[in-house]
Amino acid sequence: MVYKDPVRQALARRRARRNALVGMASLIGFVVVVAAFVASTPGWPVVQETFFSPEQFADSFAGLLEAFWLNVRIFLVAEPLILVFSLVIALVRTLKAPIFLPLRVMATVFVDVFRGVPTILVIFLLGFGVPALRLQGVPTSPVFWGTTALVLSYSAYVAEVFRAGIGSVHPSQRMAARSLGLSTFQTNRYVVLPQAIRNVVPPLLNDFISLQKDTALVAVLGPIEILRQAQIDASSSFNYTPYVAAAVIFLALTIPMTRFADWIQARMARRQRAGGVA
Amino acid sequence: MTGGSDPTLLTARGIWKSFDDHSVLRGLDLDVARHQAVVLIGASGSGKSTLLRCINGLETVDAGTIVLDGDLDVTDPSVDLDTVRRRIGIVFQSYNLFPHMTVLDNVTLAPRKVVGTSVAQARDEARALLARFGLDAKADEYPDRLSGGQAQRVAIVRALAMQPELMLFDEITSALDPLLVGEVLDAVRELKSGGLTIVMATHEMGFAREVADRVCFLSDGMVLEQGPPDQLFNDPRLPQTREFLARVLA
Repeated sequence: MVYKDPVRQALARRRARRNALVGMASLIGFVVVVAAFVASTPGWPVVQETFFSPEQFADSFAGLLEAFWLNVRIFLVAEPLILVFSLVIALVRTLKAPIFLPLRVMATVFVDVFRGVPTILVIFLLGFGVPALRLQGVPTSPVFWGTTALVLSYSAYVAEVFRAGIGSVHPSQRMAARSLGLSTFQTNRYVVLPQAIRNVVPPLLNDFISLQKDTALVAVLGPIEILRQAQIDASSSFNYTPYVAAAVIFLALTIPMTRFADWIQARMARRQRAGGVA
Repeated sequence: MTGGSDPTLLTARGIWKSFDDHSVLRGLDLDVARHQAVVLIGASGSGKSTLLRCINGLETVDAGTIVLDGDLDVTDPSVDLDTVRRRIGIVFQSYNLFPHMTVLDNVTLAPRKVVGTSVAQARDEARALLARFGLDAKADEYPDRLSGGQAQRVAIVRALAMQPELMLFDEITSALDPLLVGEVLDAVRELKSGGLTIVMATHEMGFAREVADRVCFLSDGMVLEQGPPDQLFNDPRLPQTREFLARVLA
C-alpha cells in the first residue's frame, strides 16, 4: 500500500515541468550564443568553406561510409578476440602454483610491454616488420597485421580490467566455494568470474568505444579504411570537409554505444542500491 | 562408511598452528563421537575458528594429525582436499552466499558440479531441504532479498546438500541481529535431532548448554577443560574456566 498526498504530487509535477523548461531554454540560449560567436570570427567564412562545405560533404559521404565498413569489420573481428585473450591473460596472472611461474611471467611481461608501447607503434612494427621477414605461409595483409596489433595492444589493457574485476570479488566467496568441494577451476568458472565480469562491464564498454575509434589507426599501413579515404578525398579537393564527415560517421556509432554504456552502468548502480538494503 | 563400528568420527592429535610468530593452536587434542554435538567455547583468539578451518583443510596445520572416520587424514599433505570438503561441511559467520545466483542455484551448485547429480534431482533435493528449514518460498530469490537469518539458514542448507558426515559451524550467529539468532539456532537443533555430527564454535552459552553433548573450553591453543554441559557450566574444575564463564555469563 502506497499513499501519496495528491496536492504534493501536483506540486512536484509542476516543479518537474518548470525545471525541464528552464533547462531546455538555457541549453538553446547557450548554443545560440556560441554559434553567433563562432560565426562572427574573422576567419569563419574560410573555415566554413574548408571544413563544412555541403557539396564536399555530399560528394565524399558515400565513399567514406563504404570505407567505414572496413573499420566495422576490424572492430567485429578484434573485439571478441580481445575479450577471450585478455580473460586468459588475467586468469593466468591469478594462478598461484609454482608450476605456473613461466606462464605467469609471460603474461606479466606481455601486459607490461603492450600497455607501455603506443598502439600506433605496435601497428607500424607488426604491419611493416613481419611481412618484411618474407616468411612462407605468414600473411602479409596490412589489415591482418593492423588488426593483430590492435588485439595485442587492447588485450593488455582489458586483461588489467579483468584482473581488477577478479580482485574485486571478496576472498570469502572463493573460500565458500572451495569449502563446498569445488575445484579451483570450478570456483573460478561458477563463482568468481561471473561476479568479476559483472563488476567490470562499465570499464569494458569504455574500452569497446575506444577500440571503435582506434580502428582508424590501421590507416598508417595503407588500407583504405575511413580515415585513409578521407585523406585521399581531402588531398584531391584541398578541402577538409571529408574529415568532418568521417568524424560524423564515427559519432553515429560511438554515441549510441556511449549512451548504452551509461544506461548499463546506471542500471547496475540501481541494482546494487536495491541489494544494499538486506 | 568404513569405520562404522567405531564411535569416534573425528580424531585430532597434537595440532599446532601459528600465524607469523603467534601460536594459535598449541598441541590441541580433540575427539568427536558420531551423532554428537561438540561445542567449542573460549575467548576471541583462543583458536576456535582456526581449529575449524584446519579440520576443513582451509588452513594447513604445522604439526599433528586430524583423521576423519579412521580413514581420511586431513593433515596428510597429499590428501585430496576436494574429498575432505565433500565429507566435512562448514558454515561461516558471514554466510558467504553467492550473490549472483538464486537460493536454489546456491544450494544445487556443489551437488551438480562436484558430485555430478542431475539438475532435476539436485533441485528436488534442494527444495526438500529448503522446505525442512522453512525456506521453500525463498528458492527463487537472490541472496540480497533475504534477511540475515534466512541467509544463514540457506548457507546451512547449502552445506547440507553435500550430505557431509561432519558439519562445522564457525560462530554462525555472531553477525546476526539478536532477533534473528533464534531461527538459526532452531536449524542447528533440527540438524542435531536428525543425528548429524556437529562441531560448533559459539558465544551463545545458553544454546551450548542446551544442545551440546560435550562442551570444550579452549584457551592458550588447547582444550583446557571439557565435559558434559551440566558439569562444565555448573561445576568447572579449573580456575581459568570459572573465570571465563564468570565473564561471559555476567
